[in-house]
Amino acid sequence: MKLSENANQIPVGPFHPLLEEAEYFNLTVEGETVVDIDMDIGWMHRGHEFISEQKTFTQSIFLVERICGICSTSHPLACVHAVEDVDNLEIPERAAYIRTLIGELERIHSHLLWLGLAGHFIGYDTLWMWAWKYREPVLQMFEVISGNRNHYGMMRVGGVARDVDPDRVKALDNILDTVDSKVHMIVKAAMDDPVLKSRLVGVGVLSREDAVAMCAVGPTSRASGVPWDVRKDEPGDAYGMVDFDVIVQNGGGVWDKLVVRLLEILESTRICRQCLEKLKTVKGPILNDVKEISAGEGIGRYEAPRGEVFHYVRTDGSNRAIRHKVRAPSYVNIPTFSASCKGIPIADALITLAAVDPCYCCTERALRVKGEDAGTIDFLTLSREKTERIRREIHG
Amino acid sequence: MIGMKLLSLAGFMAGAAILGLVAGWVDRKVSARVQYRVGPPFFQNFNDFFKLLGKETILVRDGVNWLFVAAPLAAFGMLSLLTAMIGTALLFNRGFGGDLIVVMYLMMIYSVALVIGGASTGNVYASVGAGREIKLLLGDELVFILVCLVPVIQSGYALRLEAILAAQAANGPVILSPSGFIAFVLGLLCIQAKIALPPFHIPEAETEIVEGPLMEYGGPLLAFWKLNHHMMYAVYPLLLVLLFFGGFRLEGLGILWAVLKYLGIVVLMILIKNTNPRVRIDTALRFFWKIAAPLGILAMILAVLGV
Repeated sequence: MKLSENANQIPVGPFHPLLEEAEYFNLTVEGETVVDIDMDIGWMHRGHEFISEQKTFTQSIFLVERICGICSTSHPLACVHAVEDVDNLEIPERAAYIRTLIGELERIHSHLLWLGLAGHFIGYDTLWMWAWKYREPVLQMFEVISGNRNHYGMMRVGGVARDVDPDRVKALDNILDTVDSKVHMIVKAAMDDPVLKSRLVGVGVLSREDAVAMCAVGPTSRASGVPWDVRKDEPGDAYGMVDFDVIVQNGGGVWDKLVVRLLEILESTRICRQCLEKLKTVKGPILNDVKEISAGEGIGRYEAPRGEVFHYVRTDGSNRAIRHKVRAPSYVNIPTFSASCKGIPIADALITLAAVDPCYCCTERALRVKGEDAGTIDFLTLSREKTERIRREIHG
Repeated sequence: MIGMKLLSLAGFMAGAAILGLVAGWVDRKVSARVQYRVGPPFFQNFNDFFKLLGKETILVRDGVNWLFVAAPLAAFGMLSLLTAMIGTALLFNRGFGGDLIVVMYLMMIYSVALVIGGASTGNVYASVGAGREIKLLLGDELVFILVCLVPVIQSGYALRLEAILAAQAANGPVILSPSGFIAFVLGLLCIQAKIALPPFHIPEAETEIVEGPLMEYGGPLLAFWKLNHHMMYAVYPLLLVLLFFGGFRLEGLGILWAVLKYLGIVVLMILIKNTNPRVRIDTALRFFWKIAAPLGILAMILAVLGV
């Protein structure tokens, strides 16, 4: 492509305040208008797939859980779906409800996290702090269920690892009331905010044709009027047994993506409520005993907060996969920038980059190393003490 | 005699710097409370400033280095002069013919220094930021001049700060009249743009162009830019107090009034800052030229008509 004399290259990345992770976008701009965008992924390498092929099925669940710190249940869920698909394994009904509950809670916290980040990216730090404050009770629900705020370790081939006993269901019900009122408040506040609306409407539009042609998934496609949702199209777990709507908007811009995510938060709270009701009545085991996985292939799909996450495993009858392939939603959503970012001002292009909620560590599966020095406070002890306190509060 | 003058200039300089750093703390604290955070301790801004002073100065190899170094210092000198002029008028009721025009010029020089300093490095983010700063200046300057004209007209076409104060002492503060109120609201927004606070922090947009013109600055030079930023926090609201609230007297209840007037404006600025996302540069220009400028002209006409 021939560039005019006024063209300028603006590098966004590999390290840039817009991106939490290493990623590189090269914007060609004329004045303030973006005329071309070049995407370069592959700045992280963690070898998750290879490591997973050295581990047993149960071990690799913990591994794929660490592909991403935010959608840390989508990957294990898709992974166990894939392994179960090899032998068409069934899971107990109660386990299905627990899986769905966790998946939907994760959607709530992930969308709230995105809302906050989007606010930060357009210079609206108050929205950022508020959204993250109200995300906190959701993380507390995770702690009540699993003892962890982020990596829950709940999925197993054939069911889930831990049961949610009646006392905890009651406690969860109470926290969900708080979550419900808070998310209704912040969803209403964000959707009725005239300043936010005027800033985001019509920005970074991805047309329906482009969304289909580029195989966009998740809220990115649903904001462009493509009603793809694995939860409805191929209902696994308890999704066939709960009532919810797929949110679709037709504008295709950043505002529509925001609306889709906010309304999905409300749908997710509905699903969580139904799951908790069912957990009070549906009794039974939570884990089928799976002795062995036969040789074959399996695919697992799950609608992660960012879109469809896809796992493929090939087995040879041993206790580990001989091939494990992961495709994260951001991998297909990132190329849509070439359609949505051209011909708009820099300020709009950058919020459009953030609007698909890209997750680069999902896309490339590199390893994040914790700092050597965690300060004088031992966070692990703090965390264990808090979990213990919650346990005592619930069980008296 | 000249020694006394220099001493008083230094006094204003230090006063504005300290007041600015404290106002910056008020900003950070109130913002933090609005956002459910705790906020920094009182001396944080001072500590930041002195810490930066002790760091290394890094120059860009291919940049125009004397401009790079001179820009923050020139801006600092300009702000000190501005403080001295506004402070003298406020505290001692003294000025010279046409000093309001000098004030308006000096306020523009700050933006020019920022543009020159940023562009001298040749950094791509800095040049985009410098371009945005110029556009923003073109947007808010016209409105700000119109805003300043309202108190001038109301005080009988006096271009002296001291005469504007005297007229307000006689006829009541400018803000109480409809034209004065419109002008004050517009002036507040102009000041927001001049200090580059949200929603007008377009030239320095951190998540877009990584602090824009300040991209290559570090160490003592960055310390001066930060100090300049805080000094504007002190001086610009005081200018509004002078133009629209009739100044203050530093005796008895007057001290309380002075603090209330100043803090009132600062808190208004903080609230605007915390309830708005960053606007695009074209939206900002459209706002200043199509909405704010006609309103400014309306305020001016109302002032001529005497309301």
